[in-house]
Amino acid sequence: MSQMSLRANFPSDAGIEIVQPKVNMKRNLLKQLSAVAVMALFANVLGASEAPVKASGVKVIDPEVKGEEHAVLTQAPNVPPPITRKHATKVIVNLEVREVTKRLADGVEYVFWTFGGDVPGSFIRIREGDQVEFHLNNHQDSKMPHNIDLHAVTGPGGGAASSFTAPGHSSQFSFKALNPGLYVYHCATAPVGMHVGNGMYGLILVEPKNGLPPVDREYYIMQGDFYTVGKYGEEGLQPFDMNKAIDERPTYVVFNGAVGSLVGDKAITAKVGERVRLFIGNGGPNLVSSFHVIGEIFDNVYQEGGVLPTQHQVQTTMIPAGGSAMVDFKVEVPGTYILVDHSLFRAFNKGAIAMLKVEGPENQIVYTGKEVDAVYLGKAADKSDSEKRVAELKAAVAEEIKGNPKIATLTKEIQMEKGRGVFMQTCFVCHQVNGEGIPNQIPPIAKSDFFEKMTDEEAIHTVIAGRTGEVVVNGKKYNGTMTPLNYLSDDQIANVLTYVRNSFGNQGGVITAEQVKKVRATTAPVVANQFE
Amino acid sequence: MKAIRLTLSSIALPIMLWGGFAFASSNAPAGMALIDGGVFKPLFRSTADFKEVAVKPFYLDVLPVTNEQYLQFVRANPRWQRSAVKRLFADESYLKHWAGDLELGTNASPDAPVTFVPWFAAKSYAQWSGKRLPTTAEWEFAAAAGYTSADGETDVEFKRALLAWYASPAQQLANVGAGRTNYWGVHDLHGLVWEWVADFNTAMVTGDARGDTGLDRQLFCGSGSISARDVSNYTAFMRYGFRSSLKADYCVHNLGFRCAKDL
Repeated sequence: MSQMSLRANFPSDAGIEIVQPKVNMKRNLLKQLSAVAVMALFANVLGASEAPVKASGVKVIDPEVKGEEHAVLTQAPNVPPPITRKHATKVIVNLEVREVTKRLADGVEYVFWTFGGDVPGSFIRIREGDQVEFHLNNHQDSKMPHNIDLHAVTGPGGGAASSFTAPGHSSQFSFKALNPGLYVYHCATAPVGMHVGNGMYGLILVEPKNGLPPVDREYYIMQGDFYTVGKYGEEGLQPFDMNKAIDERPTYVVFNGAVGSLVGDKAITAKVGERVRLFIGNGGPNLVSSFHVIGEIFDNVYQEGGVLPTQHQVQTTMIPAGGSAMVDFKVEVPGTYILVDHSLFRAFNKGAIAMLKVEGPENQIVYTGKEVDAVYLGKAADKSDSEKRVAELKAAVAEEIKGNPKIATLTKEIQMEKGRGVFMQTCFVCHQVNGEGIPNQIPPIAKSDFFEKMTDEEAIHTVIAGRTGEVVVNGKKYNGTMTPLNYLSDDQIANVLTYVRNSFGNQGGVITAEQVKKVRATTAPVVANQFE
Repeated sequence: MKAIRLTLSSIALPIMLWGGFAFASSNAPAGMALIDGGVFKPLFRSTADFKEVAVKPFYLDVLPVTNEQYLQFVRANPRWQRSAVKRLFADESYLKHWAGDLELGTNASPDAPVTFVPWFAAKSYAQWSGKRLPTTAEWEFAAAAGYTSADGETDVEFKRALLAWYASPAQQLANVGAGRTNYWGVHDLHGLVWEWVADFNTAMVTGDARGDTGLDRQLFCGSGSISARDVSNYTAFMRYGFRSSLKADYCVHNLGFRCAKDL
């Protein structure tokens, strides 16, 4: 039976009180009742008040819990004060869900879905062992139902099913904070990614029984990625873009719900010599953060929000989506420290920048500031061995070319090799592999008196324009048609003719692409490749 | 009283004219549109559910029920007056935006859809008017139509308008009929209020049943997307989510209803 129907059927002040953990349910009724009486009295003496109601209609009392208080909720970057009490208590948390239109960047508005009216949601601070009575109130103007999954909750869904709440309604559930640590909470209503993508996340700190080491300042920072239809900086009320969210291509990556939420006048502050602790969360929904403070080194990192300082002297700590970290460091030198997601295009192009301003006296031993500003030219960098060898070879080639200008562009061998490729693709079908042609049909180009007498220009023209009509080659008459090959490039024609001029026993020179280009310019366009 | 009567006739007439004009050939009752039958594919299903649900032809109200129409119902059925209603059937928010038992006041425009009404009252209203509430399958089938075809999936303009509404903040309720009609000639299925359906509580099984069917987990966290027919169809996700957050006595500011009728 769900909490909601429970509420309707059993008012919270109804039912008898039974101490659940101590009772063996197989005991007989008499024993049970006497235990109830004793424990109820005990509970009253200790000041335990209204206990959670179980589905059976009886209240379950946690003997460890003394007293009752309302949780102090704070808005980022503020954090509730450390817990000083040395015992577990009942903590009542009232969190209101609101759908609000707020600034995402200058000139850019967005409909945020929030826990407490802002992104990230209110910071909740409790102590290990506390019994939390959680009230989730969905504002009556909300368009959507919402719920909350607190990663600090031990139980299915982290409270999601029990806190599922229609607009204008309120849900209540209770949990015992068994595990200390810094936990993310978020909405888990379908479509979950969209609810989280609209800003429905925050942090709940469950302090260890002995507390965290004292520091001078504590701040609450939470990263999130946002997906808008308009591109970065495009003004107006921007709708959510589901496709960008699915593709994980955020338009904005920001700290505390907006570009510039922690810069300038809104920067977090500290004084020289103070120790600063940051409670950092990452709501996602998609990105993992490379959290870094430019100009500081984290003395202690409570990796992934656990309760042990797992690492010291850390430059950048990774914060998974739906995860957190606690870091602390002592600020030694005044100035402005930039907090970034060091996945840098998020910082400088999507908004993931915040500022910590530190005031106080300079400390020249730790950091001097700029001492000298002078002109510096430096000598050219030394060349590597490979670069030296290449330079020598180039000089040798240049020397060779000087004495033999024909090799200035391409050697005949290279041209012939390339020309052979063209021949074997284009010409050999008719002229045959060795240039002997086909008797009575295709004239030979091997040892051909006709071909030898041709000028370079005539040969080039024949390739480009083709040739039709009677020719006499080595005393034999041929009367056929050669296809125009004007689709071949200048280089290809130069190469293939050079190949033919110097193959099959022919002796000839080199034909250059420059020559081909000239002939092509004076050749009338052929009716486009009619034989192809 | 006179003013209210005038208002009623001034809205009733255009509705009847309009309905008669558009559906003269279908013989649909006044103010209703004929929805041809077809096949509805539920967004969420487990292996135990049907992949497709046949929807028989039915009539659906062209417009959501208005405050003025609901006032008529309350007049005729005093047990549904705000001060007389049984708490079992309507929570504390019942008609909270009305000025009194039989007075709309400034916060409830006569032509705006009635809201802050529970499922019990919607069902009772439908019976009183000789109709019934549409089923989830019927409602979703009718609402799946775009502006120009029965399949809104292919209607780019329709999808854009749909997404724009879901992404916009809740606002003062507009009057019924302001939105563009869909393929079936029905107004305001999207973009005005959520609407009760007869079987709203089948979207998700709650409580004890979760262990044996696993159904209720579908809308939470990761499992919410696993069995969804069309993951990108998040407007449908939201409607299912909304319905499953309800109980039959809930009265919500943006939840109204319209009626259906068999042929």
